[in-house]
Amino acid sequence: MTKKKNNVVEKEEVVIKFVGDSGDGMQLIGTIFSDAAAILGNDIATFPDYPAEIRAPHNTIAGVSGFQVHLGKIKIHTPGDLCDVLVAMNPASLKANLKWAKPGANIIVDADVFEDKANEKAGYKTNPLTDGSLSDYNLIAAPVSSMTKDSLAAMNIDPKTADKSKNMFALGIINYLFNRTLDHTFKYFEVKFKKKPAFININKTVLQAGYNFAETLEAIKTTFSISSAKIEKGKYRNITGNMATAWGLLAASERSGRPLFLGSYPITPATEILIELAKWKSLGAKVFQAEDEIAGICSAIGASFTGSLAITTTSGPGLSLKSEAIGLAVMTELPLVIVNVQRGGPSTGLPTKSEQSDLMQALFGRNGEAPVIVIAASTSVNCFYYAYEAAKLAMEHMTPVILLTEGCLGFGSELFKIPKVADLPAINPPIAEANDKNYKPYFRNEKTLVRKWALPGTEGLRHRLGGLEKENITGNVSSDPINHQLMTNLRAEKIEKVADFLPNQEILGEKEGDLLVIGWGSTHGAIYSAVDELQKQGMKISQTHFNYILPFPKNTAKIFKGFKKIVVCELNAGQLVNYLRMKFPQYQFMQYNKVQGLPFVVSELKDKFNQILKEK
Amino acid sequence: MEENLTVERSRVPLTKEDFVSDQMVKWCPGCGSHAILSSVANVFPKIGYKKENFCVVSGIGCSSRFPYYVNTYGFHGIHGRANAIATGVKISNPHLSVWVATGDGDSLAIGGNHFIHIIRRNVDLNILLFNNQIYGLTKGQYSPTTPMGSITKSSPQGTIDHPFNPGELVLGAQGTFFARVVDNNIKMMTDVMFEAARHDGTSVIEILENCVIFADKTHEMITSKDLRDDHQLHLKNGEPMLFGKNKEKGIQLSESGLKVVKLGDNGITEKDILVHDQYSQDPGIHLMLAKMQPPAFPVALGVIRSAMYPTYDDMVEAQITNAKKSSPIKTVDDLLNSGETWEIN
Repeated sequence: MTKKKNNVVEKEEVVIKFVGDSGDGMQLIGTIFSDAAAILGNDIATFPDYPAEIRAPHNTIAGVSGFQVHLGKIKIHTPGDLCDVLVAMNPASLKANLKWAKPGANIIVDADVFEDKANEKAGYKTNPLTDGSLSDYNLIAAPVSSMTKDSLAAMNIDPKTADKSKNMFALGIINYLFNRTLDHTFKYFEVKFKKKPAFININKTVLQAGYNFAETLEAIKTTFSISSAKIEKGKYRNITGNMATAWGLLAASERSGRPLFLGSYPITPATEILIELAKWKSLGAKVFQAEDEIAGICSAIGASFTGSLAITTTSGPGLSLKSEAIGLAVMTELPLVIVNVQRGGPSTGLPTKSEQSDLMQALFGRNGEAPVIVIAASTSVNCFYYAYEAAKLAMEHMTPVILLTEGCLGFGSELFKIPKVADLPAINPPIAEANDKNYKPYFRNEKTLVRKWALPGTEGLRHRLGGLEKENITGNVSSDPINHQLMTNLRAEKIEKVADFLPNQEILGEKEGDLLVIGWGSTHGAIYSAVDELQKQGMKISQTHFNYILPFPKNTAKIFKGFKKIVVCELNAGQLVNYLRMKFPQYQFMQYNKVQGLPFVVSELKDKFNQILKEK
Repeated sequence: MEENLTVERSRVPLTKEDFVSDQMVKWCPGCGSHAILSSVANVFPKIGYKKENFCVVSGIGCSSRFPYYVNTYGFHGIHGRANAIATGVKISNPHLSVWVATGDGDSLAIGGNHFIHIIRRNVDLNILLFNNQIYGLTKGQYSPTTPMGSITKSSPQGTIDHPFNPGELVLGAQGTFFARVVDNNIKMMTDVMFEAARHDGTSVIEILENCVIFADKTHEMITSKDLRDDHQLHLKNGEPMLFGKNKEKGIQLSESGLKVVKLGDNGITEKDILVHDQYSQDPGIHLMLAKMQPPAFPVALGVIRSAMYPTYDDMVEAQITNAKKSSPIKTVDDLLNSGETWEIN
């Protein structure tokens, strides 16, 4: 075999999707490739997509695990719609994902595993590699399994280990296809397998073999290069949304001087926050893995009473279990951060898929009149800033705050410009001073209506809190009707007054026009891309994306005024839109919704916006 | 351990009055809870901690109004969750002396899960389990400790639930401290509370309490004047387990388990009577004692088990202390800049 010369095509952006059986290591090679791309200066966004089962039956559609990365020399806003390169390690993963490949995409498959039995199990009647069904694509059928084995033949490796490293062969091919050096990946092996040096060698060998093999492949006539993106100067790292959430909370603890307490119970897709915080005992984080969701939040309430920055993390079903306790935190007016990494519902629903269907639950899912602050992150990176903000608002306003993120944000990763903790806004919890003769549990700051935080152990401030209605100021138990009305009003006004401390809602685009597109949460990137493209085509379309939902920023109604039509796009059956209809009945809101456990794709949004713009 | 986790002691002597709150006590006249409140107010000054360092946590039910009536930091939670809330209080601030007031409904039904897990973890706090064998605040439904066959509002034909024996549950969950008292013996209740406070770990005190309205005389077999000498065994560590009006009866350990014997019968002397060892690591005999029921046996009262075991909160602090010493990540800035980072110019 001889090396050949290829065309090198410069690309602005590219989407690569790695798919295979859930044990094939697709998440791993996806992550390694993305990290390397980021270090080489590309902007990136990633989207892991995997089944709820740890190892579903081999070679079935149910067991397909995927990892998508979008990288470019331009600013990247989403993990991408359709892919330019699809790496499919078995027939089932090809079957499930071909619909996400662009016409003409490079399809890299492990030709060794496309046997009759496996093809049939995946639902193919004939071999897709030879029946002509892939003629619209550039098929790169590489004998990945056998070449992996061959490459390790000299090393006397057991067959199981050899088979497990075939993902690295595929990664070698991809690195060749994108003219990437293997240095970064070699370094990664050296760190990762420090304690198992044999694996460094195995992985390096297979990776290099894949790369070398690609060099000889006739099917690869063109390779690609993607130059560095124009990215703001600074120090960077990659970060997933769940990690960013954990770190934002740690930063808030350090900045406020309040020790961090997490009471949590494992639940997909929120568990990584618990895992991450459990690592940082050196920063004083007290992480309590409770016996259930309820104990998670109740222990956090106990810790909040005692003066910790108290947090509980969960996903939809867990939020349901915590409802009663959130009401307790509302009644006792204690700071508490509740992170809900949303997933598909109802009930167990789609644990590993993303959805925005817990908004109404966050806003209203409690007994009684129980207002809390509700905010939502919209990118993996800004999970850091909104987690920080959630903690700041909770402590400064003495209230529970529900932070909504989503599975795709939690698992997805992006480039993170590393901030300095000292540059983050100060956090000033209203802690009562020892022996304050005027201390009363429900005596409030006139401007904010916030009561003071009196910590057990402090001299002269002994008091009792609880779930029973309390008399204003004294905090004594009271069932007086007038007092209950007063306290209900005060609790609501306290939350409304938080709007005085929020930044204005921003418009992306002109302040007036034909169509305003509203979204919240993870849909920011897809909506941004769609609106941006239509703006470039001369349409009078703008975007506003909500991160603060309860309360809304003060200028919200003003923004709506400038537009002939408004459409609200959400990955649910219409929750923000109905809340907006309730809060702003003077405006008409159209809606566009999808509940498939999948993000919006840019093209469907563009189609919808075009249609609305055309309608009279 | 580097950090001193003991609770700060009061510099001035305190009295019962220091712990009486200004709130009107709203339990029924004759309710056993009055005696429990009185015992707590008696024992807190004796324990000697600063009054600001006591924290009383409760769930829901008659028992759970308790925090309002003690002048300490207090938290009245939601149904069943007292033990979960208290766990957070203690982990967050291990310098507090934490007391949980809870009932047989609160801790053994709706909060059963938290009850067994707090015991399993051995969080250093004290649980006062008011066991009146009934739901009082909801007006008379059966609870997980209501005797089988009892007629209550929700069991007009008699209960068909097998009741829990709280002692069995505590020891089954690897409890390190279990004591049982009756509400009409304030002296014993105060002594046992003092021992509970000194025990490092989760101390459970089951208080057999009378509900005058919905389960009056439910513990009559144990507490009535006629029967109490024969149906109460007052345990004292290191002393033989004797009972009866003239201490003429005792507990013997036989091959088939515990049995009641009479001194003098078949040449039995005090030497043949089982001696109480509350500190034994092995809970075998403690479990047999906890399970004794009249009429065949007397009910064991006093401290049944008090075994040394590391506490959860101590271990939390130890892990943090060690991590602070050994980890290179000392600040969040260190963390943000750890791992793979790169400059873009």
